[in-house]
Amino acid sequence: MPNLWGQGTKVNPGSGCPMSLLKRVFQIGVLMAGVLLFAGAGDDARFNDLGHRLMCACGCRQILLECNHVGCGYSDRMRAELVAAVDRGDNDDLTLQSFVQKYGPTVLAAPTKTGFDRVAWIAPYVALILGLGLVGFIVRAWRSRPLLRPAELPASVQGAELDHFREQARRETEI
Amino acid sequence: MSQIGSFTLLLALALSGYCFVAGLLALLREGPSSARLSETARRAGIATFAVVFLAALVLVVAAFQNDFSIAYIFHHSNRDLPAPYKFATLWSGQEGSLLFWSLLLAAYGLVLRLRYKTDPRLFAYASVIIAAVQVFFLLLLNFAAHPFAVMQGSLPADGNGLNPLLQYPEMVIHPPMLYLGYVGFTVPFAFALAALVMRYPGEKWIHITRRWTMVTWGFLTCGIFLGAHWAYSVLGWGGYWGWDPVENASLMPWLTGTAFLHSVMMQEKRGMLKTWNMWLIFSTFMLSIFGTFLTRSGVVSSVHAFAQSSIGDWFVAFLALIFAVCVFFYVKNRSHLRSEHKLESLVSRESSFLFNNLLFVVACFTVLWGTLFPVLSEWVQGNKVTVGPPFFNRVNIPVALLLLLLTSVGPLLAWRRTSIESLKRNFLWPAIGAVAVGILLLVLGMKPWKEASYFYSLMTVMLSVLVGLTVISEFVRGGRVIARHTGQNLLASMGYLAHRNTRRYGGYIVHFGVIVIMIGFAGAAFNQDKEQEMGFGDRMTIGSYTLVCQSYTQDDNPNYSSEWAVMNVWKHGKQIGTLYPERRFYKASQQTSTMPRIRSTAAEDLYLVYEGLNQDTGRPIIKAHLNPLVMWIWVGVWIMIAGTLLALVPNSVPVRVPAPVPMHAEPVGAGD
Repeated sequence: MPNLWGQGTKVNPGSGCPMSLLKRVFQIGVLMAGVLLFAGAGDDARFNDLGHRLMCACGCRQILLECNHVGCGYSDRMRAELVAAVDRGDNDDLTLQSFVQKYGPTVLAAPTKTGFDRVAWIAPYVALILGLGLVGFIVRAWRSRPLLRPAELPASVQGAELDHFREQARRETEI
Repeated sequence: MSQIGSFTLLLALALSGYCFVAGLLALLREGPSSARLSETARRAGIATFAVVFLAALVLVVAAFQNDFSIAYIFHHSNRDLPAPYKFATLWSGQEGSLLFWSLLLAAYGLVLRLRYKTDPRLFAYASVIIAAVQVFFLLLLNFAAHPFAVMQGSLPADGNGLNPLLQYPEMVIHPPMLYLGYVGFTVPFAFALAALVMRYPGEKWIHITRRWTMVTWGFLTCGIFLGAHWAYSVLGWGGYWGWDPVENASLMPWLTGTAFLHSVMMQEKRGMLKTWNMWLIFSTFMLSIFGTFLTRSGVVSSVHAFAQSSIGDWFVAFLALIFAVCVFFYVKNRSHLRSEHKLESLVSRESSFLFNNLLFVVACFTVLWGTLFPVLSEWVQGNKVTVGPPFFNRVNIPVALLLLLLTSVGPLLAWRRTSIESLKRNFLWPAIGAVAVGILLLVLGMKPWKEASYFYSLMTVMLSVLVGLTVISEFVRGGRVIARHTGQNLLASMGYLAHRNTRRYGGYIVHFGVIVIMIGFAGAAFNQDKEQEMGFGDRMTIGSYTLVCQSYTQDDNPNYSSEWAVMNVWKHGKQIGTLYPERRFYKASQQTSTMPRIRSTAAEDLYLVYEGLNQDTGRPIIKAHLNPLVMWIWVGVWIMIAGTLLALVPNSVPVRVPAPVPMHAEPVGAGD
C-alpha cells in the first residue's frame, strides 16, 4: 500500500524555541531516534520497510510490496529473496545492494545518498533555503522603502482622492 | 469520414492562423480599418470553435460507426465497446486527446471572444495569444499527430479496443476535467501576457481573469482527484496516488496555480508582487504545456504515458518560444510592474502570502525535480535511477505541514500589520483545541515515536484541527458582529457574512476541504493489507473484519470474460455485507484488468482485490486492504468544490452604515 505519509521518514523537531524548550525537544528527539532505531525492528517490520524501498522489476513501476500482478514474473521471486535476506540477518545496505547488483539501480525506489544521487536529496532543501533568502531579501527591500514624510502628504483629501482612499481602505479591510 | 475530418482540421488551422495574423496586424495598426480587421479576426476565432467542434464530432461519429478505416478508431475502439466509452475514444489516444485539447481551447476562446465588450483592446490582445496557442495545436494535429490518418492495406474487421483500465465510468469524466484545467490556464496566461504587452494600467485585468482562474483551478482540482479516485477504484493496488510522472505533471500547475490564487490578492489589494504574479501565471501555463509534453514525449516512463512519438520536439520548441516571448516582454515592460506599497510589518497578511508562495513553489520544484531526476541522472551518470514515493513523501510532507501551519495563521493576520496581542487572542483557543486533540490521540494509542509516518500523521491531524478551528472562529466572530447589528441568529449571520464576501469565505471553505483531505491522507500511515488463497468457506481476518469466501465463479459477455469471488464480510460476529472482487479479460485488447470492490465507511475502507487463480489449486487469491479514513479525501474534495463555487458567486452589496457608530465590536476576520 502506498503510504503517502512516508516510510522511514525522519522527524525534524522545530526550532526557534527558548533554550530550555529546545533542550527538551532535543532530548525527546534523541529518545525518539533511539526508539525508531531499536523498537519495531522485528523481521516483519524490516521486510515491510525494505519492501517499500524497492520497486518491482517487472516494469509496472510499483513498489515491490504493492505489485498486484498475480503471475508477475518478478514480484514473487523478489519477495522471496527479500524474506531470505531478512532471515539471514543481512543488514539493510547489504540487502539493498544485492538487489541493485541483480536488478540494476532502478530497483531502488528512491535515489541513494551517495555520489551524484545525493544531489536529488539536497536540491529541494537548497531550493527552500534559497527561496527563504529571496523572501528575506524582498522583505528587507520592501521594508526599507522610504515612507512619505508628513510635509509631502496632502493637507486635506477630498473628492476623487478621498474616494480612492476609501476604496483602498475597503479593499484592505475586506469589509 | 476521414476526408471530412482532415478538411475540417485544415480549415480550423487556416481560421485560427487568420485570427492570429489579422488580430496582430489590427493591434499594430491604427485607424478604422484596424477595427474592422480586428472584428474579422474575432469572428475567425469564433468560427474556429465551430470547425474544431465539427472535427471532434466526426471522430466521435466514426467511433460509433466502427469506421476502422481511420487508424485512430482502429487502435482505440472496437465493435463491442459500450457507447459511453466510444464517446471517450475521443480522448483515449494521443491524436484524439490533442484534438480534444484544441476543442477545449477553442471553447475557452469562444467565450472570451463573445465577452470582448468588457474591454475590447485587452480582449483583442488575449484573443491573439489564444489564437497563437491554437495554431500550435492545430499544426500538431495536421502535420504530426493526425487523428484522421487512414489504415493501410485491407480493412480490419474489428478494432483493438479501448485500454481496459480506461473502461470505467470515471474515465469518461476525469480526462475532460483535467484538460479543462490544463487548457483553462491558457486564458489567465493570455490576459497576463496581454496586460504586460500593452502595459495595461491598474489591476483590472486581474479582476477580469479572477473567475477564469478559479474555474480553471476548480476543474484541475476535480480532474486530479477524479484521477486519484479512478486509480483507487480500478488499478487494484489499494492506493490513490503513486507519484507517477503523469500524476506529477497534473500536480505541478495545480501547485503554482494555487500559489497564484493566493498571491494575486496581494496585487489586487496592495499593488504588490506584480512581477511575481506575472511569472507565476506564465509558469503555470508553461507547466500545463510541459505536462502535456511529459505525457506524450516518452521522456520519462510512466504507466499513464501515451505511446512514444516525435511530437515531444514540437512541445520543446513551443515551450522555448513561449519562454522567449515572456522574457522579451518582461524585460521590455518590467518598469510597469513596480510595487506600489511597502511591507509594514512581518506579522501581516502580506508576509504570510510570501511564505505560502515560497512553499508552494518549493513543493512544485521538488515534484519537477523528482520527476526529471532520472533523466538528469542518465545524462550525468549514464544510468537511470528511480525516484518514487519514498523520495516525494520524505521531501514534500514537511512542506505540506508547514503549509498547513500557514493556513491556520494566515487568516488571522490583517493586511499591513497585526499586533502580536491580537494574534495571540485569536490563536489561543484553536491552538489549545489542536493540542487537546493531539493528547487525545496519544491517549487513544497513537504512538508517534514508533514510526516517523505516525509522527507525521499526528502532526497532520493536529494542524488540520488548528486550521479547522481558525476557520470556524473566523465565521463565528464575523457572524457575531453581523448578528449584533442585524438581529439575525448566528447561523443566518454567518450565511450573510459569507454572501457579503464570497471570495474570502469561499476560500475558507476550500481550506476546510483541504484539511479534511489531509486527515484522509494521514490515515495512510495505518494501512494494513493481507493476501490469502481462499477456497470455499475459507476465512481471512484483517482488522476487525472477517472475510469468508462463499464461492468463486466465471462469467462471459461480448466485451470481456471475468472471474470473481463472492466474499461475505463479517464484523463483530455479524455479517454486514458481501463483496464481489473481480478480474476481467478484455477480448479485443487481450488485456486483463482488476475490479476491486470497496466497502467504504468514514472510519476505513475495506478494499478487496481478486488477484487471480492459483493454477495449481484452482482457488482464487484475494488481497485485502484496510485503508483508514480514505472517504475523508473524497468528502474533502466535495467541500473544496463547494467552497470554489461559493467564491465564484458575486458578493452581495454590503450594508452601508450612514454615520460612525461608537461601538466596541470585535474585529471582523483579519482582526485589528
